[in-house]
Amino acid sequence: MSGFKTNNKVVGWVEERLPIFSMLQHSAVEYPTPKNLNYFWNFGSLAAFCLVMMILTGLFLAMQYTPNTAMAFDSVERIMRDVNYGWLLRYLHMNGATMFFILVYIHILRGLYYGSYKAPREVLWWIGIIIYLVMMGTAFMGYVLPWGQLSFWGATVITNLFSAIPVVGKYVVTLLWGGFSVDNPTLNRFFVLHFLLPFVIFGLVFVHVWALHTVKSNNPLGIDIKTPQDTIPFHPYYTIKDLFGIGVFLMIYMVFVFWMPGAFAEPANAIQANPLVTPAHIVPEWYFLPFYAILRSFTQDIFFISAKLQGVIGMFSAIILLLFLPWLDSSKVRSAKFRPLYKQFFWIFVADCLVLGYVGGQPAEGVLVRIGQIAAAYYFFHLLVLLPLLGKFEKTKPLPASISAPVIRGGGAAAGATAQPMEKA
Amino acid sequence: MQKLIRTVLAAAFVAGASQIALAHEGPELTSPGFSFDGVFGRYDQAALKRGYQVFHDVCSNCHSLRFVAYRSLTGIGLTEDEVKTIAAEREIQAGPNDEGQMFMRPGRASDHYIPPFPNEKAAAAANGGAAPPDLSLMAKARAGGPDYVYSFLLGFEDAPPEGVTIPEGKFYNKIFPGHAVSMPPQVVDDLVTFADGTKATKEQIAHDVVTFLAWSAEPELDVRKSLGLWVMGFLTVLTALFYALKRQIWKDIH
Amino acid sequence: MADSAPHAQPASMDGQTRRDFLLYATTTVGVVGTALSLWPFVHSMNPAADTLALSTTDVDISAIQVGQAVTVLWRGKPVFVRRRTPEEIASATAADGESLRDPQKDAERVQKPEWLILVGVCTHLGCVPSGQKPTDPRGEFGGWFCPCHGSQYDTSGRIRKGPAPLNLEVPPYAFTSDTTLRIG
Repeated sequence: MSGFKTNNKVVGWVEERLPIFSMLQHSAVEYPTPKNLNYFWNFGSLAAFCLVMMILTGLFLAMQYTPNTAMAFDSVERIMRDVNYGWLLRYLHMNGATMFFILVYIHILRGLYYGSYKAPREVLWWIGIIIYLVMMGTAFMGYVLPWGQLSFWGATVITNLFSAIPVVGKYVVTLLWGGFSVDNPTLNRFFVLHFLLPFVIFGLVFVHVWALHTVKSNNPLGIDIKTPQDTIPFHPYYTIKDLFGIGVFLMIYMVFVFWMPGAFAEPANAIQANPLVTPAHIVPEWYFLPFYAILRSFTQDIFFISAKLQGVIGMFSAIILLLFLPWLDSSKVRSAKFRPLYKQFFWIFVADCLVLGYVGGQPAEGVLVRIGQIAAAYYFFHLLVLLPLLGKFEKTKPLPASISAPVIRGGGAAAGATAQPMEKA
Repeated sequence: MQKLIRTVLAAAFVAGASQIALAHEGPELTSPGFSFDGVFGRYDQAALKRGYQVFHDVCSNCHSLRFVAYRSLTGIGLTEDEVKTIAAEREIQAGPNDEGQMFMRPGRASDHYIPPFPNEKAAAAANGGAAPPDLSLMAKARAGGPDYVYSFLLGFEDAPPEGVTIPEGKFYNKIFPGHAVSMPPQVVDDLVTFADGTKATKEQIAHDVVTFLAWSAEPELDVRKSLGLWVMGFLTVLTALFYALKRQIWKDIH
Repeated sequence: MADSAPHAQPASMDGQTRRDFLLYATTTVGVVGTALSLWPFVHSMNPAADTLALSTTDVDISAIQVGQAVTVLWRGKPVFVRRRTPEEIASATAADGESLRDPQKDAERVQKPEWLILVGVCTHLGCVPSGQKPTDPRGEFGGWFCPCHGSQYDTSGRIRKGPAPLNLEVPPYAFTSDTTLRIG
């Protein structure tokens, strides 16, 4: 509230009753942002922009879609052929989902590289992981709606996973299905939940930004803000930079929408769902492939724990483990810029995720099974073994004194793991 | 700027990697080159009309095209009267009338393409147990798209290679997964006589009917690609302006 | 709106003007682009191609006797097609001079006097008036009677009594042949 003054009577009248203008002034205009942010800091606002696009296109698609197994596929074709600009809405929504995940993956990788998950940003990181989980649920259910072959069979495979839960598994699956297989009740409830969850994501994003504003943004050097010289006001510097980023993003996005709309789509989903015919290759959407690979890499029953159950546990723990990242990575230095060993292992980790993604998209045959298992094992090795060890033993580079210190990085404290870095702002 | 380039490359890499991940192995497909390929591609109307002639005269006797409404055939250059005539060639069940009876009436332009068989089971019964699939989306429903359909149509061979046996009632096709397909070979030279006088080689026939099937799967392609050019032009201008303004505002910081 | 945070002043007036121009140009292009991009969303809510295709209905009128009426569905609404008797035509034209709530001559409401084609939706609050069958109540004026609030229409479909403000609507139609009527 402090610091906001206006001569405008209308603004003043509203402000007295709901301090929205001073809130905007504080959070979107004055918000002190490190002046050294690079373009990897654009991806948060890009993801938010993409979320709005998805909700908007989804809303207008929902006006024309029918969530009934007898009519779903037909209603999508009607949208593509008869609804004015229906094809555009559908392709924006379809490719928007892919873009959304690309943006969020880069956003997460930025966090991993620059240590944005470390104190005091643990809660911010957690909210992000929760957003990611809800995104995955939303995307999974959304893919079922067109009721193509992969919509149906993907839903069948993934919902069947829950039968691996000991004792109650079968009942959980029946509850999810609302019947004895994926059928109309399943489709209907997936539609409702798919409609609802994006608004949950929207609320979570609000909390995510709130958590961010509480601790202020990280920066490529990974060191705290010390003086006002380290920061610049969000507006106009980062508003215009974000707008530019949106412009570049839209150009890439539109290339897909207008010229390669099916680039990320599987041909088999252009065939209407048939419960009696299983497609040759059941492939989830690309953004799920690494987890699909982890799921499939467990092939041996161990005592009473079936391979299936191991796969499910492995798949979920791959994400749940990320919640513990601030403690698994014990290094006091945030940014990989000053962690030469961690930097190498970061890129190996990225490569490992890409290998997992590739394996997930191929049939589980031959040497790929072994490669997938090694890649899955490495994923957990990186999180559970490498990171704690690196934190303990890595010799880090000396940190600069501050963000606005001269480029010659001589002014830092002693090199090594005992360096200052975790001072509070 | 370097970071930006790296980001774009990363995104492209992910896109490319996912393409590779999702690509399927298979026999080499022949690509005849279609008018609708590429950034500036559009459907060639003459090819669409010839292709429709093939579909109408040959394919539609076994295959349905249920997502294409007769009225949308004006999109390949047919007149409203031609469309009405084609629609009326087949009858569709309607009713009940005031006596409570169902009856048959000729098709109308607003109807969707009337299938050759009243239901899936009748289609299978009339075709040796395998119902011929609907073709509305075929150009999108196979890996390789139009190139696959083209190669498939021309991929029939009189005799299978050494050591390969084809069950009774099926035919050898070198493109079809498993090679034994229930559809008999159709595309031969002079299968139809084109109304516009084009020589009806089997390659021409396959090319034109695939052009029509591509249209039937993606009728919006012409509008989509031309609108895309406008959108990209506009975004280029807008993004350039954003960049210039950004540099302007950040001048004192850098 | 709120005053924006102060930013560094450019060194020269020239720089200020150039930045202003760039700002105005970018804002204009951005606003225009946003407005243009909203159009597909709005237009997607307009009737789709399949809806528009059903916006005309052809009716075979060869079986309709004099004095008989049929109801057809057009754009989701009932349309009354009545083949009028000479008496009905006479009483309709005779009433041309009366003081009518919605003055219209009978000749303005028909193309062929024998055929009266009306949208069968009461102009009061939208109920379907009765009067298509000879056994239906038709009101005092021999046309139609709306059971909801008592509006009464004459043999030209004009409102004569009751709360309805306007005559029954005459839809666009044409006789495409002696036996076919195209509505819409």
